Formats: sequence, C-alpha cells, structure tokens
Amino acid sequence: MNVSKTFDGVVALDRVTFDVEEGEYLCVLGATGSGKTTLLRLIAGLIKPNSGTIYFDGKSVNNVIAQSRNAAYVPQQYALFPHLTVLENVAFGPLSRGCQPREAMEIASRALELVRLSWRSEALPKELSGGMQQRIALARGLASGARLLLLDEPLGALDARLRLDLRHKLRQLVKESGLTAIHVTHDRDEAMSVADRIMILRRGRIEDYGKPDTVYDRPKGIFTAHLVGGANFLEGVVEALEKETTTIRLRGGIKIRTPLYSLTATELVIIGVRKENVLLSTTAENSFDSEVRQVRFLGNSREYILRLSNGDLIASRQFLEEKQEQFKVGDKIKVGFERKDVMIFAYPKHGLKKELEII
Amino acid sequence: MIYGNIIALDNVTLRIEDKEYVCVIGPSGCGKSTLIKCIAGIIHPTKGSVLIDGLPMERVSIEDRGIGYVFQDIALFPHLTVRQNLSYGLSVRNAPPTTITNVTNEMLDLVSMRERSTSYPNELSGGAQQKVAVGRAVATGSHLFLLDEPLGALDALVRTELRYELRKLAQDLGLTVIHVTHDQEEALSIADRVIVMKRGKIVEIGKPTDIYHSPEQLFTENFVGETNLLEGTIVEVHDPVCSVKVGRHLINVKAHGKRADQRVVITIRPEFVSINESTQGWNCRIKEITYLGGITQYVARDEYGLELVAQQPSSNSHRFRVDDKVIVSIQSTEHMLLFDYPVEGLEKETSLE
Repeated sequence: MNVSKTFDGVVALDRVTFDVEEGEYLCVLGATGSGKTTLLRLIAGLIKPNSGTIYFDGKSVNNVIAQSRNAAYVPQQYALFPHLTVLENVAFGPLSRGCQPREAMEIASRALELVRLSWRSEALPKELSGGMQQRIALARGLASGARLLLLDEPLGALDARLRLDLRHKLRQLVKESGLTAIHVTHDRDEAMSVADRIMILRRGRIEDYGKPDTVYDRPKGIFTAHLVGGANFLEGVVEALEKETTTIRLRGGIKIRTPLYSLTATELVIIGVRKENVLLSTTAENSFDSEVRQVRFLGNSREYILRLSNGDLIASRQFLEEKQEQFKVGDKIKVGFERKDVMIFAYPKHGLKKELEII
Repeated sequence: MIYGNIIALDNVTLRIEDKEYVCVIGPSGCGKSTLIKCIAGIIHPTKGSVLIDGLPMERVSIEDRGIGYVFQDIALFPHLTVRQNLSYGLSVRNAPPTTITNVTNEMLDLVSMRERSTSYPNELSGGAQQKVAVGRAVATGSHLFLLDEPLGALDALVRTELRYELRKLAQDLGLTVIHVTHDQEEALSIADRVIVMKRGKIVEIGKPTDIYHSPEQLFTENFVGETNLLEGTIVEVHDPVCSVKVGRHLINVKAHGKRADQRVVITIRPEFVSINESTQGWNCRIKEITYLGGITQYVARDEYGLELVAQQPSSNSHRFRVDDKVIVSIQSTEHMLLFDYPVEGLEKETSLE
C-alpha cells in the first residue's frame, strides 16, 4: 500500500498500491528504469521502502527480513555456483535453511523434475546452455519452498524462439505448483500471453492494471495503448457533436467520425487506432486517400506504412492469410477504419511526443 | 568503397554483396558471434580466409579493416559525455568541426538522445548506453558494419523503432551490414537476406519471405516463427500430390518427388490453420486460448490427441471458449510444406538449444 522508494533523491517508485491474489500470475510490464526491479526487490525484502507498507496474507512484512518472507527472488543475472553440480546448486537453498542433506537433495530433485532437467543433475553450470541455466535458476527458486516467485526478466537472456516455448512452460509450472508469481518483463507479447493480470509501470507509477484483454482493448491512457501493442496516434480537434456522432478534424482538414464521447467542441484530442484495425483498400466509414511508403515483412503479418494527404503517417498490420504482398510501395489506396475502432484520449499535458516516450 | 566481400567460415563460403544488409540468426551457441568476430579480425580462422573487397584479411589488423562494429556489451568512454562519445571517432580523424557537429547531431537524433547529450554514460540506463554505442559506431563513417546484437539490450518498443531507423540509415549511407540477432522478427523485417546457422554451420541463406514461407530445411521452418509439425508416412503418390497419413488423418500435399512409404514431416504455420464451426476438417476441441492483442492463438486437440496451433486475427474471429467443439481445417496444399523425416529424429532436428 502506497509504497515509495527513492535512491539518492531519485524516485524509483511513487506511492504504488496494488494487490496480487493467491495463485495469480502477474506480469509487470514497463521500460528500463520504470521501477520494475525495484518493485520486486522491495517485495523480496532486499531493500526497504521509504514509505508505505507491504503486506503478505494481510500482515505487514516491513520488518520481516528477506529470508523469512516466503518469497523467492530470481534475479535477471542468475548466478550459479560454477564449481557445484546442477543438483548441488539447487540443493544449496534447502541446505542453508537447515534441511538435512538427504531431504535437501530430494527437494532439489523434485524442483529439477519440474523444470525438466533431472537428466542434467550431475552437469556443471558451464556445460549447459543459457536456457538451461535459466531453468536451473528457476529450480532454485522453486526449491526454496517459497509460495511467491519474484521473477526478474526470467526469459530475458534467451533466444527469442526459445522464449516462445519457455514462457508457456513457465506459466504452466507456476500454475501446476500452485504458486503465485510476479514476473517482470519489457516484452509485451510475453506479458500478454502468460499473465492473469498485467501491471503497466512507468516512471515508478502504475499506469494501468488489469486482465490482458482489458488492458489491450480498453487501455486507460495513451501510454498503455502504445506499450501493449502498436497503435497509431493522431492529433485532432473536436469539430462537431451530433446526436450519435462526433466529428474530429485532423491536420489538413481530414475528418473522422466517431461514436459520441463526452467531449466539448474545439477541444484538442488524440485519436488512437490499433494497427490491425487500419484497413486497406477499404470503404470503411472513415477512409482516406493514401500512398504506401513502406512494406515490412514480419513473418505472420505485414506492416504497411501509409502517408495520408496531410502528411501524417499511419501504420496498418495485416495478419497473413495469403503469402503475397497485397500492395507495393508507391501504390495509392484508400486506407481507413471503422468508428468503433477509434479510441479517444484527452490531449496530454506535455504533448503527444512526450507522452509516447517509453522511458 | 566496397565492391564485394567474400567471407568464409568452416569450409563454408559466404558471399555478401556491397551495400547488402544481412542478418544472421540461430540458437545460442550456433556460431553466429564467432562468424562476425572472424570477419572483424578479433579471432583468426584456423582454415580459410576472409576477403573484403576481394583482398585477403589475414595480415590486416582489426583497426585497418575499415569496419565499424557494435557488440552487445560495448563500453562507452566513461569520462566523456554522450555528445563527446558520439563525436570521438570523427575528432581523432580531424574531421572539419561543422561535419563533426552535423554528424553528431544526426546521431543524437538517431538514438533519441538529444536531451541527454551532456549526460555521462553512468547516468544512463543500459539501453540508453547501447544506443549511444550504435550512434558512435555509425558516426565513424566505415562502410562495412558488423553488429552483434546491437539492439539486444534495448526495450522492446525502442528496439522495434530503432531497427527500422538502423536499416534506413544503412540504406541512406550505402553501408554493408552484417547484423547478428536472436530476434527472428528483427531479421525478417530488415534484412535483404537472412543467414540461418546451427551448430557452427550455415543451414540456409535466403530472402526473408523465402526463409519464412518456403525454407529448404525443417530446422529453419521451426526456428523462424512458430509452426505445426505433423509426423506421418506417405501412403500413395499421385503426382504432383501425395497422401500422407498423419495420426488417423489423410492429408494431401505436394509430393516434391517423394515416394510411397517414406516417413515425412508436414508443417503448417498457425496463421494458415483455420478454426470454425462449419467447413470440412478435423473434429477438435479447444484446449487453450491465448489472447495476444491483435491475434488470438488457439491450441486445438483432435479426438486422438493430435494437437494443432492456430492463430487468427482477434477482430474477425469468433470468440471461442476452452472446450468448445470446433472444426479445424488445414486442407490447403499451398500452405503446407513437406520434409523428409530427419535422420536424427524430429526432436533433435528442431532442438532450440
């Protein structure tokens, strides 16, 4: 509740309040310097808040030392003991909290089974790939017996393709073991695909907090819409408010019709349209002349960058149903979107550009 | 000026054209960083030679190869500001002051660091430092660039923006670039050609669309983007198609000269698998649904336990629920690829570690 942390006068976390349910998988999504790691370290008890209180099961743990918190912190740079085998590395935690050697080895073996690395128990860390080392670090967290896993970029050091495979396994592991996890990442796809709920952190404050589909479909602000996945933002002025339609005028006189929002005429606004909702060669209600400026191949989709008559650029993401390019650079086509796909935001105090800065 | 570069590694000859932008991908440990270090002259190849502009590089030192490079953990000069770091290369070469100022300003904009130009490296985040390193290397004016995970330390959004800027810069300045990355999408989106490596060897080289849609190797198909792998046996061949038995299903696919009784693997990308309630296909139940924003991913399981992954745009897909009965169809021969069953087994062939 209201947890703040400053380092040498720099505010790393600013009155952060949130709750995590038992058994929940929470992802904290934010850019470098947003306070993600600080948040985990506070919960782990490795650092103390300047103000505010952290509760576990309803009880304040502000005065409880890290070892007694029942939370396992798995840092980004996982340090394994190079001279110990995989099994010994994992058994180290149980041993140091006073388990008998036999019991510690049993706990370690079970943890290794969970991360599917029992077959490498006798190997030394340097004999393993980065992905395997990461899983060993995770096994150490599991063997600690903690109910809460604090994962700092757990897949950060891995190859992108391997991350895809492991992120599903990670969630499965947490769920099967009945644990609660707080997983910090700057990868929005990772957050969307593993989390029960996502917290968007920016400059030490919570920008948004909710289920993945809620955060994606109904973002609280421009920054969330930007961070959780590819939206176009255009500046405009409210021109007319009619019974069921609001007309917004963009630069160069382009007009956009949207459902009615509580807006006032002449108000400055930002409209947001997700890339996948920008239609090509369309007769949508809002459609404009444009020229294709760039075509970007992304594997399962293509992104088209189009220039409108007023010079604004708009991006369209087309998920592939066919392999061929539909349009080429230089093509003149109608681009547009339906009114239901227009998001409207208040004009940010410091301007759009500043609002989109992710750090 | 660079007219053509011939680069060899481990008995494999790789030729990179002038002004080409090549991305190298492969699982960690595949040798992609070693390749780039050989070209840079940091490591000397035990056999074979590296040629730049047709000239062998054996006796040419790192400094004299005229190469700009950025590695993932390059160190900036800690006692110099961002601006001074960016202008360092030009200053030591006695470039005219106006050129230094112009190029440095351009670099500050490129890496979005104009507001931090008077900061020292230790005042910047790791990602911001790396951006300055990219800018500094670009500012040196070399024409051949080796980039080893140049964007690896950056935040996802910054990384996406910066890759296009990097690509555009290379194009505008006429640079030849060899860019090693662990991010397949990064490679597909900016490369002229993609080199796929595995265990020290080049698996294949091709244009991004070919690498993604019609790879020659099964490894590539699985490594570059997700795919469904269906093991089966050819039942009969009616050129140009053949029937493959996969589980209890018969799938017709282009034969490509394969014979009856051959063990094969059919692949199909999740975006070409469709889920619906009406058309012909396999009877399945939905086992898992993952909402990814613009797309939704489904795992469907047929009555015999065979699983297929499908991806559909979230907007035009009916919102199914877990356990719903659905029809899954993959009966479009054009979207399926046929590979020989790997000699070392499917698991080993597609292993990512």
